[in-house]
Amino acid sequence: MQLTGENLVLQRGQRTLCEHLSFAVTAGEVLLLTGPNGAGKTTLLRAIAGFLAPAAGAIELKGGDTEQTVGEQAHFVGHANGVKSNLTVTENLEFWAAFLAPKSNRMSHIERIDKALEDFNLLSLADIPAGYLSAGQKRRLGLARLVLAHRPLWLLDEPTSSLDDASATNLANVVNAHVAAGGLAIAATHLPLGFEPARELRLGRVAAS
Amino acid sequence: MQTQSFTQRFANPTRFMAFSGALMPWLAGLSVLVIAYALYRGFTAPPDYQQGKTIYIMYIHVPAAWLGMMGYALIAASSFGLLVFRHPLADVSAKTAAPIGAAFTLLALITGSLWGKPMWGTYWVWDARLTSVLILFFLYLGLIALRSSIEDEPLAAKLTAVLALVGVIILPFIKISVEGLDIPSLGISIPAWNTLHQPSSVFRSDGPKIHISQLVPLLISAIGFTLLFFTMHLKAMRNEILRRRVKSLRLAEVDRARASETTVAAE
Amino acid sequence: MRAAWTLLKRDLQLAVREGGAIGTALGFYLLVVAMLPLGLGPDLNLLSRIAPGILWIALLLAALLSLSRIFETDFEDGSLELMALGELPLELVAAIKALAHWLTTGIPLALLAPLLGILLNLDIGAYGVLVLTMLVGTPAISFLGSIGAALTLRARRGGLLLALLVLPLYVPTLIYGITAISSALVAPDAFVPSLLILTALSLGSLVLGPIAAAAALRIQMQ
Repeated sequence: MQLTGENLVLQRGQRTLCEHLSFAVTAGEVLLLTGPNGAGKTTLLRAIAGFLAPAAGAIELKGGDTEQTVGEQAHFVGHANGVKSNLTVTENLEFWAAFLAPKSNRMSHIERIDKALEDFNLLSLADIPAGYLSAGQKRRLGLARLVLAHRPLWLLDEPTSSLDDASATNLANVVNAHVAAGGLAIAATHLPLGFEPARELRLGRVAAS
Repeated sequence: MQTQSFTQRFANPTRFMAFSGALMPWLAGLSVLVIAYALYRGFTAPPDYQQGKTIYIMYIHVPAAWLGMMGYALIAASSFGLLVFRHPLADVSAKTAAPIGAAFTLLALITGSLWGKPMWGTYWVWDARLTSVLILFFLYLGLIALRSSIEDEPLAAKLTAVLALVGVIILPFIKISVEGLDIPSLGISIPAWNTLHQPSSVFRSDGPKIHISQLVPLLISAIGFTLLFFTMHLKAMRNEILRRRVKSLRLAEVDRARASETTVAAE
Repeated sequence: MRAAWTLLKRDLQLAVREGGAIGTALGFYLLVVAMLPLGLGPDLNLLSRIAPGILWIALLLAALLSLSRIFETDFEDGSLELMALGELPLELVAAIKALAHWLTTGIPLALLAPLLGILLNLDIGAYGVLVLTMLVGTPAISFLGSIGAALTLRARRGGLLLALLVLPLYVPTLIYGITAISSALVAPDAFVPSLLILTALSLGSLVLGPIAAAAALRIQMQ
């Protein structure tokens, strides 16, 4: 499986963020997007997820499910966590497990939820309404979605924001396990994340023409 | 270049500017002449035996009401062009047609109200056809308000286009629910919500029910006001294109300044 | 379909836990209906004559207050983006959220209406018809309203704008809702056709609402 972008031109509002951008990520590796603020890291991730159409060029997941869009085969972790304060940690996870993987049965949902709680060190918080959680704990809950349903492509935008070192290590373990099992991941970041094997794609600002 | 279709060539804003610039004075002159001739014919026609001289209001009221509806149809068609074909001029057309269409709709309401005073004895009655024109005016206000309350212009353009298409789908239902519907051949008869208004006397299955001495000036007047609508629309589109050019020049200037700042910082 | 059911269950659960919204809409409905006789004078004949209109219009206003809730929190906390990447088409997501709004706002308001009818001296014989027309007509309020809710997510002055955008769309529902009630009282022959038209309007909004709302949401997420 390989995700490719060819000759992409991305625009945000009336500004062009990147031009003639090409990249490829193969199963079993992580692509790190780096570059200054406003270079288009988030925009590129959103374009891959299908939220916005590139002004030119094509994004393709080779070897993926041709019936589904790239976005439907991807987990997307953006700046917001998609966490409901009025639901408990477990209820939040139950909803996403059932919503993202409606075809698998309840037993496998429970197994995956248990794994998610364990991987992101949320077991002790399982029955607490998410509104009581700290920013870092909410981020962990948002990230825990990654293991609730199997999707080959992970799109992570600043995944370690508001995480402490131990949680960042947990995340790195989860991502590395996903990649080792033949998954793909793309992460936009300012910091070293400990993901491997990783390649870097440095985005720069497009000069005004 | 030869292989491009007419719409593709027209789509290019630069060509549009050249073409519309040449067309403008002719269109403007023609609309003034036609309206002047229509009003001359209308005002020299014999007064209506029932309505007297107030019938003269018709030569403005009826074209204004038609153009109010045509304006909304034009916005809906342009919105379709934006959402489906991403035509670069479609949004310019939709955006600039809204205030003009709203103005004609308001003109129809004001002239209708002035006509109503001698006919019905009051400036405003909740007559079915006036009410549906009023609701059309509200739909225009919705389009203008939505666009003005979203700062990101491309976003505002697309959302307004969705609203215009929803409006054009619901508009017939609003008209039928307010004005009623009567198709004897299909056995459909939905009563009007409330009516005092004379039914349309031009578009009728049994032929226009209006004297020829009034019909001819009315039709000429409708053509004249339609030309006026397109003159104003074209002018507004030209203004909008220039405004967008100024905006993108300013954006480019900001980017250039920022780029030179970072180079200086790097040195 | 499992995903659709899961989403509906979650939205209802959230509506119950957040609680306040339903109570606010019901309280507003009561207050508007109670204020009108203070403005119009306590003439019971007049009130009972205009009661169907007052009850419908006050219901529209009360429902309008809660429309923005349909997508707002899910848009702000990023849930909507994640739903867009699910297997459930965004049109169905929009439909289910509008359905949840109808279940938690439209139905309670319709059920409160006869109680408020007492305040307006509405003919007892009209109560059944009143609730029936409101149950049949209110889905249009939620489903057409969801279009406005989706369009105004990123607008300034979203609440007021939402009212300006959707109120004209409610004209057919309002007219036939009131026609149905008044014809049930004076001309029973005209009742069934009006009710059928009201039903058709609601069914039409069930199609148009989710398609237009989903189109607007896709644009909002760009």
